Amino acid sequence: MRIKMDKEVNMPLLNDTIQGQVRKTLEAMTGPVKLVVFTQSADALECEMCAETRALIEEVAALAPAGKLTVEVKDFLADRAATEAYQVDKIPALAIVGAQDYGIRFYGIPAGYEFSSLMDDIVTVSKGESGLSSATKAAVARVNRPIHIQVYVTPT
Amino acid sequence: MESEWVTADMVEATEFPHLANKYDVYGVPRTVINETIHVEGAVPEAMLVNELMKALD
Repeated sequence: MRIKMDKEVNMPLLNDTIQGQVRKTLEAMTGPVKLVVFTQSADALECEMCAETRALIEEVAALAPAGKLTVEVKDFLADRAATEAYQVDKIPALAIVGAQDYGIRFYGIPAGYEFSSLMDDIVTVSKGESGLSSATKAAVARVNRPIHIQVYVTPT
Repeated sequence: MESEWVTADMVEATEFPHLANKYDVYGVPRTVINETIHVEGAVPEAMLVNELMKALD
């Protein structure tokens, strides 16, 4: 799934075809997932994609099986406690939280091919099972200090 | 998900150009592990794990 960003925020961001695909993908969800969106209040000029990110996430949540996908919107500055609790340092930010917070964040709008990654992550977090190989799991189990992975992408 | 120590971010480079510059992001995806380990492109799971383990050295 790939979505192209349209600057007109008034119309739905996801067309009918994509909505259908999203609905189908999210049917695989088992446990509930919370999407915590960090943005900035409407009159702030600094965050270019904050409004679109929030709108996109809310549209996605509406397409999930009933009650499985909820959205919490936090203000980066006003909700300082949440910003610190989720260790968010830039916006727009999205935390995908299942049975626990696994430390998965999306910074910037998840458009283009990243939209697919977002859908996959929601389902994976919902299942609470990474799907990684047993060799990988064994290696990762040996990690004993903080490891911060950042994957830089562009919205092609 | 497999470790409480590991956090993972997707970062959209065009929205955070100062970070894209900081990590010399030209082609994507570029994966940065603990600031100093860089991996270019989409790589197989085993290779990514190899790079990750270097962060433990």
